[in-house]
Amino acid sequence: MVLLDNLFPIDPDVAARIEALDLQFNKFGVDPYGIDKNDLIRFMSAFAWIYRYYFKVDVYGIDNVPGRGRAILVGNHSGGVAIDGAMVMGSMLLDAEPPRLPHAMLDKFIHQFPGASKLMSRTGQFTGNPDQAKRLLRAERLILAFPEGARGTAKLAKDADSLVEFGTGFMRLALETKSPIVPFGFVGGGDALPTIANLKGLGRLFGVPYIPVTKWIVLVPKPTRFQLLYGKPLTFEGSGHERDEVVCAMVDQVKERIRDLIRQGRQLREKEISEEDLVL
Amino acid sequence: MKVLVTGISGTLGRLTALKLLQHGYEVIGIDRRPWPDAPESVELFQADIRKRPAEDVFRTRRPDAAIHMATVTHLVHQSVDRMRVNLYGTRAFIHHCNRYGVKQAVFVGRHTFYGAAADSPLYHTEDEPPMSTHSFPELADLVAADLYAASALWRYPEIATSVLRIVYTLGPSKHGTLATFIRGPNVPLVMGFDPLFHFIHEDDAAEAIVTALGYKLHGIYNISGPTPVPLSTIVRAAGRRALPVPEIAFKLGLGRLGLPHLPSGAIDHLKYPIVVDSDAFRRATRYTHQYDERETINSFRAAR
Repeated sequence: MVLLDNLFPIDPDVAARIEALDLQFNKFGVDPYGIDKNDLIRFMSAFAWIYRYYFKVDVYGIDNVPGRGRAILVGNHSGGVAIDGAMVMGSMLLDAEPPRLPHAMLDKFIHQFPGASKLMSRTGQFTGNPDQAKRLLRAERLILAFPEGARGTAKLAKDADSLVEFGTGFMRLALETKSPIVPFGFVGGGDALPTIANLKGLGRLFGVPYIPVTKWIVLVPKPTRFQLLYGKPLTFEGSGHERDEVVCAMVDQVKERIRDLIRQGRQLREKEISEEDLVL
Repeated sequence: MKVLVTGISGTLGRLTALKLLQHGYEVIGIDRRPWPDAPESVELFQADIRKRPAEDVFRTRRPDAAIHMATVTHLVHQSVDRMRVNLYGTRAFIHHCNRYGVKQAVFVGRHTFYGAAADSPLYHTEDEPPMSTHSFPELADLVAADLYAASALWRYPEIATSVLRIVYTLGPSKHGTLATFIRGPNVPLVMGFDPLFHFIHEDDAAEAIVTALGYKLHGIYNISGPTPVPLSTIVRAAGRRALPVPEIAFKLGLGRLGLPHLPSGAIDHLKYPIVVDSDAFRRATRYTHQYDERETINSFRAAR
């Protein structure tokens, strides 16, 4: 955090947006889940530069995300690491009105790393855990889930727009807590970080699922324009304790919606359609 | 109403005894350690809870209620004796409560029961199992004592038993796990980790114990004070300097080079949070803590 302070001054616009978040900070500026207002301002001031200038994100349908109350953002992974997650975070904190802080459900390995654990803890990003997610939704928070999980980030660049198998946890969560699902499609990750292979053995050595290898070997994304499309919220009826077949059918509906958003995002990217043609 | 407190000479034991007196209870205490300046109205017995003289206190004094605080929690006490005190002591306590007609029993336990891990959720509820005894075997006896005490709920349903899992206490006494850890001017932290710590002012903790007694609670309850605060923030607010040490050096250096005498399992407690949900207790008793996060830390900081 000290390093960030020196490189990036606090952005007053970002600070104002963080202040506007619907969170209860205690006397130390920490909310009940450990989100530190000042750390978040410092981090997002630096991240805003990456979000706006290094990358560029064309966001469509951001008003489909409820301004308050519980909801689950569900979308696709596109690219060797979760740049998509970071960009969704950016759009919610830097573009949405009012700004919202999504809580991503992280893979367990992330909190095992020094530095990453601290940063994620202070910005409200927890290891994916149904108890944790339920509690956050009942506290009317916004959850960010990638049902493809690490299988999704492991897609190679040539498959970036495809979808692999979806987990069903998010749907049971949505049913049990009566939370709307906001589907989103993310396009361009495969261009930012064109992965050609994943080193699983080496990854295991370092305690991560795999280490992606890009066209230019190193894991540095190139400046890229992304398309991020938020679809209309979907609500499903149920208790969350239905048989697998029932839940899987609902998951497939969400998956189809996301596939459609990705397709439209791709068409926008290739300039085959324009914003007016979108069906979100 | 006559209340017997085991472990009365400990910091929390004394505070609880004084609170009980304030609330108009008659107080009897058992402890191996003396309490030299105890109030005259407290009847003290210097005895080991596991031994005959302690049982005699139950038999002759016939308390209406009993609070069990005679557990060894200091991690520096790495002995078979600690395990025996914690487990046989709890067994003796429950046995005597049943045999001598105690109507209410309170077991004072710790929130560390739940354990700390990278994937543990914030705000543990009472139904969650203890998840980390494998990585921190030194805590296993306290976890077992907690579960053993809870078994009284079905073994002796006629006794109103409550098991309290209290977060770290902090306050002017400078006693307790957290206070001991941040006692010195420099506090070593595990570099790159900064867990939320849940704590409560020691007066609030004592008040909560007396409250549990007053409401004749039957069940397991988490007890916490203000919302949790990152460890590094606590260290700074207490006027100490945080010294981040890489985990490897921390492990190798435990007990040396100014690093604390801790078992290596304790490192998880410096990396990951143990935060509890105390709503059930607050709903059952309308309990509210009096000291907020800053006041609690300041009371520790200002104490001589």
